[in-house]
Amino acid sequence: MTGDMIIFAVSAVVAVFGAVMMIAQKNPVASVMFLILSLLAQAVCYVQLGALFLGAVLVVVYAGAIMVLFLFVIMLLNLRGREDLGLSSHPMNTITKFLLVVLLGVELVLIVKSVFMSGAVGGMMAKPTDDFGSVAQVAKLLFTKYMYPFQLTGVLLLVALVGAVVMARKDRSEIAHGAPSEEAVNEPTAGKVGR
Amino acid sequence: MLEMIIIAAIKVVVVIVAVLTGCAYSTLLERRVVAFMQNRVGPNTAGPWGLLTPLADGLKLIFKEDIVPAGVERMTYALAPVIAFIPSMLAFAVVPFTSDFSLFGREISGTLSDLNIGVIYIFAVTSLAVYGICLAGWSSGSKYSLLGGIRSSAQMISYELSYGLTIVGVILIANTLSMRELVAQQDTVTHWFIWRQPLGFLLYLTCAIAETNRAPFDLPEAESELVGGYHTEYSSMRFSMFFIGEYAAMLAVSCVGTTIFLGGWQGPFLPPIVWFVLKVFGCMFFYIWLRATFPRFRYDQLMNFGWKFLFPLALLNTMVTAFFVLWKG
Amino acid sequence: MTEILKAFVNVIIKMPQGFGVTLKYLFRKPVTVQYPKQKIPMTPRYRGRHYLERYDDGTERCVCCGLCAAACPADAIYMEPEETANGERKAKVYEINLLRCIFCGFCEEACPEEAVFLGQDYEFSADNRNSFIWTKDQMLVKHPRKENPLKRIIRRVRRVYGVPTAK
Repeated sequence: MTGDMIIFAVSAVVAVFGAVMMIAQKNPVASVMFLILSLLAQAVCYVQLGALFLGAVLVVVYAGAIMVLFLFVIMLLNLRGREDLGLSSHPMNTITKFLLVVLLGVELVLIVKSVFMSGAVGGMMAKPTDDFGSVAQVAKLLFTKYMYPFQLTGVLLLVALVGAVVMARKDRSEIAHGAPSEEAVNEPTAGKVGR
Repeated sequence: MLEMIIIAAIKVVVVIVAVLTGCAYSTLLERRVVAFMQNRVGPNTAGPWGLLTPLADGLKLIFKEDIVPAGVERMTYALAPVIAFIPSMLAFAVVPFTSDFSLFGREISGTLSDLNIGVIYIFAVTSLAVYGICLAGWSSGSKYSLLGGIRSSAQMISYELSYGLTIVGVILIANTLSMRELVAQQDTVTHWFIWRQPLGFLLYLTCAIAETNRAPFDLPEAESELVGGYHTEYSSMRFSMFFIGEYAAMLAVSCVGTTIFLGGWQGPFLPPIVWFVLKVFGCMFFYIWLRATFPRFRYDQLMNFGWKFLFPLALLNTMVTAFFVLWKG
Repeated sequence: MTEILKAFVNVIIKMPQGFGVTLKYLFRKPVTVQYPKQKIPMTPRYRGRHYLERYDDGTERCVCCGLCAAACPADAIYMEPEETANGERKAKVYEINLLRCIFCGFCEEACPEEAVFLGQDYEFSADNRNSFIWTKDQMLVKHPRKENPLKRIIRRVRRVYGVPTAK
């Protein structure tokens, strides 16, 4: 029991620490690293609940794939500090900042209250069942109860993907009529030299 | 309780020492095999047949000066080799090296830890290895390193998807994610999964080579264009950490391939551990053979191959397998 | 479709062919020469470091005439003459700077006494520049040699250019 508590305490503290440090960092790569740290700590929490599968999948998908993409973009654009992100040039209004913090704080309190005070299902304090987070159970929920949300998430990602491709694609007319092609420039000169 | 911990600790130490020795001798194997394939002889001076070469190499690397260039991001620069090294070692935790055996009257299992999601665990830890390479490239403050790091992150994302899909076929047939169970199901040569998933095996080999950044997929450290790629600015032990990490990753994917497709430690006549080592080094030999045979991909070829050829094939393999599994009930 | 077909042909036929080539070479005898232990004999006309010949009675052939130094395009030869007890002229100092020498062999062709020759040695590495200046003691052969195969070549060269030859 005590061993479990120590592991849980350490991983929970590390998870929160990582999340806070992620926001506090000026260096984007350091932010990514702290987010990965936080994710790994969360995976440990999952494993403690007996949800080995969820923990492993969290690491595979988030730490192993998505964060690599983040890192890839940061490295590709070579962002090294706040200036590169353009944050210092457009500081947010102090009042807006304050309002946002208050709003998020109220939201957090309400969530915590609803989870702990509801009492009906015991909130998060309920003891997980034996097959909690097992491959079979996750799959069953994904393909029965949460079928539509699951598919909709997929469609959402697809929309984002298509949008990114459309935005990144060069305008075809620009390619066709923009700069004159090399052949067009060279041809008359070559003809003159020939004569 | 104490006894259990002691046994586990001893097993961990034995496995780590064995894996590091395996890495060291893989370098020698590689150098000699490639040399013979190129009509050379390779390192043959230190000890009989050059068998002490890895030791000499290690000593040399330890005693070399550790140069930290100006303009590196110190923290990440120091962390990167460790991050590159540890995930490949972690993968060995669930590999079943041998059958269960009894020693001094105690039953000892052949794995360090028998997770019931062993396969996914391996994918989780090996997918973290890319950070070492990425961060090394980014923190070195050199253009070659940065290009190497960017290439490796793009490559590893592209191939990880296919890498995961290739073994889904086997998992569907075997209906388990535990490495032990997988080995147990391949009790005779005819039951090896390579016969039921030949395409899966080929795809696995290809993706595994791409995942471990080995020739012909070794773009992150393409010597002819990027000097040393992500480890250009590293020297001494930090460099050797990358080196050991790469070979440990090769050994890890060989072990996983052996376990999933080639029957693990199962085999007639010889003791299980001998069969396991033989099969793993067979895979390693194939790796080296491939390196000596084919030239490096160009970057666009690599991406096209990954996304337009490997990935659809892996998907097709999975779907066909799933169809037959459903059909047979 | 044709692309997919081509890819399969590559995987099934072309790639195994490539593997076959490397496997074949795996069992061939390596061409490596284990250099410090095993050396390839040099060709007879190879020009390595110099040595100075003696007459059959043991006296030095070199008379310090300075023709080799004059012929040397790299200006690598330095010499100082002296007179022996019986009034003959010989070299007191005879030095060749092997860092300057380009091993062209003009000195051996210029020498009227057939005293200086370029040998077969090519291993003269050192860790300081001074040890590349070879002195007379280092180059003088210990005992007179009966016949130097190079002499015939040198004489032929001389005949072509009409230069008188030593006895």
